[in-house]
Amino acid sequence: MWRYIFQRILLFLPTFIGITLISFLIMRLAPGDPAELLAGGGLAAAGASGISLEKRGAVDQALAQWRAQYGLDRPLHIQYGMWLKNLFALDFGVSFKDNQPVFGKILDRLPVTIKLNILSIFLVYLVAIPLGIYSATHSYSFGDQVTTLFAFILFSLPVVWAGTMALTFLCGGDFFYLFPPAGLTSIDYSPNWPLWERLKDQVWHLFLPVLLLSYAQFAGLSRYMRTGMREVLSQDYVRTARAKGLSETKVVYKHVLRNSLIPMVTILASILPGLIGGSIIIETIFSIPGLGQLGYQAVLARDYPTVMAIFTVSSLLALVGILLSDILLTMVDPRIAFGRREQ
Amino acid sequence: MAVNSGRGEGYWSYVWRQFKRNRLAVMGLYAVMGLFFLAIFADFLANDKPYYMRYQDRTYFPIFRSYLVRLGVGSWPLELLNVNFKELDSQRSIFPPIPYRSNGIDLTVPFSNPSQTHWLGTDKLGRDLMAGIIHGSRISLSIGFVAVGISLVIGIVLGALAGFFGSWVDLVISRLFELMLAIPTFFLLITIAALLPPSIFLTMAVIGLTSWVGIARFTRNEFLRIRNLDYVTAAIALGVSSRKVMFRHILPNALAPVMVSVALGIAAAILVESGLSFLGIGVPADLVTWGSILNEARSNSFAWWLVVFPGAAIFITVLAYYLVGEGLRDALDPRLRGS
Repeated sequence: MWRYIFQRILLFLPTFIGITLISFLIMRLAPGDPAELLAGGGLAAAGASGISLEKRGAVDQALAQWRAQYGLDRPLHIQYGMWLKNLFALDFGVSFKDNQPVFGKILDRLPVTIKLNILSIFLVYLVAIPLGIYSATHSYSFGDQVTTLFAFILFSLPVVWAGTMALTFLCGGDFFYLFPPAGLTSIDYSPNWPLWERLKDQVWHLFLPVLLLSYAQFAGLSRYMRTGMREVLSQDYVRTARAKGLSETKVVYKHVLRNSLIPMVTILASILPGLIGGSIIIETIFSIPGLGQLGYQAVLARDYPTVMAIFTVSSLLALVGILLSDILLTMVDPRIAFGRREQ
Repeated sequence: MAVNSGRGEGYWSYVWRQFKRNRLAVMGLYAVMGLFFLAIFADFLANDKPYYMRYQDRTYFPIFRSYLVRLGVGSWPLELLNVNFKELDSQRSIFPPIPYRSNGIDLTVPFSNPSQTHWLGTDKLGRDLMAGIIHGSRISLSIGFVAVGISLVIGIVLGALAGFFGSWVDLVISRLFELMLAIPTFFLLITIAALLPPSIFLTMAVIGLTSWVGIARFTRNEFLRIRNLDYVTAAIALGVSSRKVMFRHILPNALAPVMVSVALGIAAAILVESGLSFLGIGVPADLVTWGSILNEARSNSFAWWLVVFPGAAIFITVLAYYLVGEGLRDALDPRLRGS
């Protein structure tokens, strides 16, 4: 097993380097210059507002100095090499925006996003698995069709729409005020509150974001569960179990359910990277200070080190997720041998 | 894979017969056709120019003429150059049902409620929402062609190569799949779109460049399966070139399941584009898209019509494509046949 894990990690290495290289090149090769952006429109604006040649020279010099400070004046491959070297010391550089170490910023934001995503995954499985079981055991019944249609509707519901609708109609403004429009906790939240009050406040704030992050996954996962369970239900050993007189409940929950839960583990790997992307929109709508919001703001400000760090951290998380689900899969299903899952 | 059910029926007519049995999927198909209609005739449904106008004893067809001008074969007569047709003192004119342009700014009516003059209300610059939604359908439709077209080409070529040649080609291309799976695609998209100059077609191309992995994996698996069938072995033994075997013999049989991914891919691309324009990325300021209207609604939450209508348009479009895709899947999937 350890050999297999080691092999997988070795194979992850080129993938990981590839991801960092892609994100590095995209930012450096795209038109535009963070130095000019920082200087507020830069030389073009200075020229347009009629600043003398002499002063323009001074601006030019300041910008060049700034670029040199962050190593932006060196050849690309050297810049990338330096970035990679610093990565091994967990040093993501300092943010262009406020000169703070990026690593600290990420550490501040990561728990928020991970909390949102873990709650969301939990909710997805909590809803989708019972739905899938119902649909599989009652397939083609009226209830199954209603569930399927409803899942489709949720799946097609654009998260930007659901989010703004919730914000407009449920979070104050001219309509109902059922949920808070922004943030993770109330303004007067303090750790001195009794546990119950703290919990209530957090649930109140997290309810909408977590729900919005999750609902689109209900459909995919419950459909997947339905298909998998129907496949198991048609196996010979299920017929045998029924033939020997087991009750239907026992057949479904003791024999079928266990085996149809196996593929659900693999799905985890495919939801993980998607959730981090999805939380950009949710965090922006509800002003939640998570990784997604940080990334969005960093992109707009051309804050290269922060953007690179977010690419690195979230793709690392995704790769670990893929690896974990592969290992979990072999643990729950001994029939699948390590390293034989190429198809 | 041709299914001849005793009556000499061709494969696709069989698929169509299966597809028709699914009422929801047929409704989805109608909705998609309706969207095509909106997009093609958008200029005739919502326009601030009249179809027909009699002015200073001469007859004009301004909407048609604007097509000629855009194609470069015609020009505006001097008396009609840059005029507001509604204020023109014409003897007779026939306007489209929605006499507004999608980006026609009218600062006298900001945030007007849905009313007789503006059926779905206006935004903060007084642009008519109905006109914006009708013209926005063009963007949703082009996403289908541009983004999914690009991801289809990349996906089929890479999937075919990996599935057909196997060994180290497969190993390398599979690393590429893994890379695309692990990279936060939406964040990548935001980064690229925000760094490039705002252009809706660039955005669509970038969506296509980042969303081929599903189609590629599908194609790869189909190729892996079909490659070992006897007829392919026979073709290779006969000395048919690899390229011909891949694209003439295997691809047509692998295409059916890929069709499903196309319909689902269009739906996904529309969702992604709405997310991007919602964040205000990749859309030029004067272009009205369904997502950009939602973006504006976010900061003006009292204007509920700016939230409800464009979102409903995205929702209906996406749902329609999904229903068509799922209907296709059921019609094509041999395992579901006869059940």
